[in-house]
Amino acid sequence: MTGRVDFKIERRPVASGFIVFLVSLIAIFAALVVAGIFFRIYGVSPIRAYQQILRGSLGNSFGLAETVRRAIPLLLCGVGLTIAFRALFWNIGAEGQLLMGAVAATGVALFSGLPGPLLLPAMFIGGFIGGAVWGLIPAILKVILGVNDVITTLMMNYVAIYFVEWLIHGPWKGPSARGFAYSDTFPRAAWLPTIYGTRIHWPTLVLGLVLAVVMYILVNYTRSGFEIRVIGENPDAAKYAGISQFKTTLLVMFISGGFAGLAGVGEIAGIHMRLLGPSHISMGYGYTAIIVAWLARRNPLAVIITSLLFGVIMSGGDVIKVSLGLPFQLINVFNGLILFFLIGSEILLRYKISFSLRR
Amino acid sequence: MGWETWIITTLSRSLAYGTPLLLGTLGEIYAERSGVLNLGVEGMMIMGAYSAFTTAYITGNPWMGILMAAIVGGVFSLIHAFASVTLKANQVVSGLSLTMLGLGLSGMFGRGWEGKPLPATIPKITISGLSKIPLLGPIFFEGQNLIVYMTILLVPLLWYILYRTRIGITIRSVGESPATADSLGISVARVRYVCVFIGGILAGLSGGYLSVAYRPAWTEGMTAGMGWIVIALTIFAFWNPVYGMLGAYLFAALYHLAFRLQLWVSPELLKAMPYAFAILVLIFVSRGTLQKRMGAPAALGLPYTREEE
Repeated sequence: MTGRVDFKIERRPVASGFIVFLVSLIAIFAALVVAGIFFRIYGVSPIRAYQQILRGSLGNSFGLAETVRRAIPLLLCGVGLTIAFRALFWNIGAEGQLLMGAVAATGVALFSGLPGPLLLPAMFIGGFIGGAVWGLIPAILKVILGVNDVITTLMMNYVAIYFVEWLIHGPWKGPSARGFAYSDTFPRAAWLPTIYGTRIHWPTLVLGLVLAVVMYILVNYTRSGFEIRVIGENPDAAKYAGISQFKTTLLVMFISGGFAGLAGVGEIAGIHMRLLGPSHISMGYGYTAIIVAWLARRNPLAVIITSLLFGVIMSGGDVIKVSLGLPFQLINVFNGLILFFLIGSEILLRYKISFSLRR
Repeated sequence: MGWETWIITTLSRSLAYGTPLLLGTLGEIYAERSGVLNLGVEGMMIMGAYSAFTTAYITGNPWMGILMAAIVGGVFSLIHAFASVTLKANQVVSGLSLTMLGLGLSGMFGRGWEGKPLPATIPKITISGLSKIPLLGPIFFEGQNLIVYMTILLVPLLWYILYRTRIGITIRSVGESPATADSLGISVARVRYVCVFIGGILAGLSGGYLSVAYRPAWTEGMTAGMGWIVIALTIFAFWNPVYGMLGAYLFAALYHLAFRLQLWVSPELLKAMPYAFAILVLIFVSRGTLQKRMGAPAALGLPYTREEE
């Protein structure tokens, strides 16, 4: 029987959820393979390393707790970022917004003089506002002056970092230890409760989960969500439909910055209980959250899963450092690889190969 | 006389510090003129700094370090070009991921290299005759190095190529209207690859200069966001090499002037200054251009696909 199989590459209209999931897996697998090369350079078998990571971050109760607690800021920042990215606002500033949320929370905790029970709610509100303001500044610059959002949000990160440094070395300087500067420790009422025996500050976790659901509803079932999506998918259509780019951009950054600020409150009131050096407050949560949001394909609900995945990865960084003597930076390399392969693989989503049999 | 020394020192240091900014900006101008946004500059710079330092240390020759920096920057940028041009991926995120990669790789491999002294550095040059010229002499001809001079010479060269040659028109047309360029038989992909590659080489060179000439040392993350400032300067330069030169040296001068404020402002806040400046620079440039929309290559950041049907 003679026949010929023709195949042609044509545009795929919309990728199904299954294909998206499959392509994401391919991207992660590719990153695992390339990262494996780096493990080899350090003389460690990648399989063994990955086994250790999984065992360390999921296989025992301590590791699991650490994984979850790392996922909390990733969840909050990630959900906020999905909203911003949907409106095509490139918020690279979650790191700085997180720090400013922490600053605001510290201010409330140490100086507001509020009675005990009011402290934590006030800290969360203050943290939200702190992060939101920090995020609104680049947003205003973009809508009024057309200033590039990537650069401004990034620059604001650096400004936030040095602002925190100034605070802990200057006006908010507390007793320092071993050459590191800190602020004073928060009063007991400003400490977030944690799950017994772990560092999981569960109120923030619950907040993150609730907000993920709320944002999912907002994006998919409300008018504002509709406007956000149209601006992101077809800015010209948005203009014709009378959707205000001004209002929508400010809204998304209010949310995105605010959520990152909440993450900052969680870190400062749940883990550290005082204002520390910026690199101790956030180990790149704001940047990692970008990957979390991207892998979640900008779906707030999916962030719940992807933030957990990256919690595993970050926990894994500790594992490889402690038990394999590998540098923590390898995790950053791994994250960069994932992000790269994720966007590189997107071409697979846009095109498909179709077969046809010809006699 | 205090005044004169002060001006000379500031301008002389601006020349030195402006050089890596200018190198990066020139490269980014070419990449963006062809329509590709390269946010990986920071990653390419730090990889350039790392490879220059280690190569110079191992070979004992700083110029080998510079060469290696250019190569590494170029190779890195080809990855970005592949993702942006061939895979038509999102250019913002591609560049970002490469910056993350560059920072991570250099931080990882650079672990053992911090604090190592570098005996083989780019020598400082003083041209005895010319340095006697009042004011200009000490600024330009005392204590600078070959890379500073090469960079200054690059500016008119790159300007000329971009605005007065066929190649330049080709590049600019690809960035403004790739469809038109394509219909004229120009290979949009090839032009973009080349321009991004140029951007990568210059970014790598910029980083190499930092670790082997400017302040010979290796520290993790030593570029400290300079790559982002370069991107801001590219916008400030309206994608023109000559304005890029002005912008880079001006920024460097402001940077040094502000450090004079050390007596009155705390050091941490001063460190935030270059980044605040970059924002101010962008605000300054954007006032009014929202209406005029001048300068940015129209197709910047947009992947090009030839529409078949």
